[in-house]
Amino acid sequence: MTNAVEKVIAGDVRTVARLIRDIDDGVPGVRETLKALYPHTGHAYVIGITGAPGVGKSTLVDQMVARLRKAEKTVGVLAVDPTSPFTGGAILGDRIRMQRHSLDEGVFIRSLATRGHFGGLTQSTRSAIDVLDAMGKDYILVETVGVGQDEVDVVKSAQTTIIIVIPGMGDDIQAIKAGILEVGDIFVINKADREGADKTLNELRQMTEMGQQKYKEGKWTPPILKVEAVFDRGVVELLDAIEKHRAYLMESGGDQHLLRRTLRIREELAEMVKDRLVQEVLDQLIEGGDFERAVEAILAGEMDPYTASDNLVLSKLGRKR
Amino acid sequence: MVKERKLRVMVAKAGLDGHDRGARIIARAFRDAGFEVVYTGLHQTPESVVQAAIQEDVDMVGMSSLAGAHRYLFPEVVRLLREKGGEDIDIVVCGGGIIPDEDVPKLKEAGIAEIFGPGSKLDDIVNWVREHVKPRVA
Repeated sequence: MTNAVEKVIAGDVRTVARLIRDIDDGVPGVRETLKALYPHTGHAYVIGITGAPGVGKSTLVDQMVARLRKAEKTVGVLAVDPTSPFTGGAILGDRIRMQRHSLDEGVFIRSLATRGHFGGLTQSTRSAIDVLDAMGKDYILVETVGVGQDEVDVVKSAQTTIIIVIPGMGDDIQAIKAGILEVGDIFVINKADREGADKTLNELRQMTEMGQQKYKEGKWTPPILKVEAVFDRGVVELLDAIEKHRAYLMESGGDQHLLRRTLRIREELAEMVKDRLVQEVLDQLIEGGDFERAVEAILAGEMDPYTASDNLVLSKLGRKR
Repeated sequence: MVKERKLRVMVAKAGLDGHDRGARIIARAFRDAGFEVVYTGLHQTPESVVQAAIQEDVDMVGMSSLAGAHRYLFPEVVRLLREKGGEDIDIVVCGGGIIPDEDVPKLKEAGIAEIFGPGSKLDDIVNWVREHVKPRVA
């Protein structure tokens, strides 16, 4: 255990790789390692990248990695792909666009599947971020398909969140508006050589301006950048925008940074309490047989599930109705 | 609450051979079998395959070759896995594609667990994986 902690901090690739798998698989004991690693986190800058399938997230991440490496920064990449709800399997293909970095020791790329367990993605991705942070990576790029609350939560835990669209998505921008427009710090119109890029730019501009009052901090206007990731056009400008956002978070003594961090910790802690609580109570109920007894009672028509769930929960929390 | 570990496999294409239809079909079959499948894409080197396999903590690497370079590429992946991954590395390497029968014994001798030639059935391959590749325990 302590051995693993030391190895992660020393940057041992295999230990990190195995630890992330253990987190994903919910291996008992992993929590203790994470506890020991936590004091070594907080140095990496986390960037969330989200957008619909096919907008070029992986290609853009690949170019960003190349640029960051030129600036001699180390980079961790977490690429999240969906698990098939029917078979439980997943094809994780984000590496295809990034394989040129696989021999670079300053880059660690890991593909994650959503797996579909509730709250699981958010928690395990955040833990994986902590591991790469403790490993000493300067930047951590987290790429998700931005569909569903879990994935929005993942990108929300980044310091800078980038939302990618492509020209001609039309009503899809409307869909983005509901839910994740609010979390975008920077907007990228990728494949900007395609027809309709300016129209998309205008639509996005209108939307971000209308959405202004939603930004609590108010002072940051999300820039909208035209990028052609495949040709490495606009990538430097994107990294500049990220640095500007980072500077903004840190200005006047890091007020915004602290505000975000507080919000983030509050949200994460609430979620972790919720997860632990549910797991603990369910485990106890199942082990004690109460759960099965309630199932049988409902089957036999002796009790309704509403009363049963009230009784089960309150019996464990020690409060009587 | 101990969840069951999920099998993670990698489907890899090394060398100049650009025929990836087979690799894609295999990747899909593995996904449908419930595995998590990391696909590397074309034109990898044995080094990049091995580095990716270690970073992704997969239980198996499935190599595809249709252009005759398997005699070098497959054993090289096995050798590098042992070199980079340490003595206790337990990643199974298997391969498939256009591979002459007379090459199979040599490949197995070099540490490739199984070879699936032309006409192999997807079900047979998936079943072989289920039987011979288990998610890492420790």
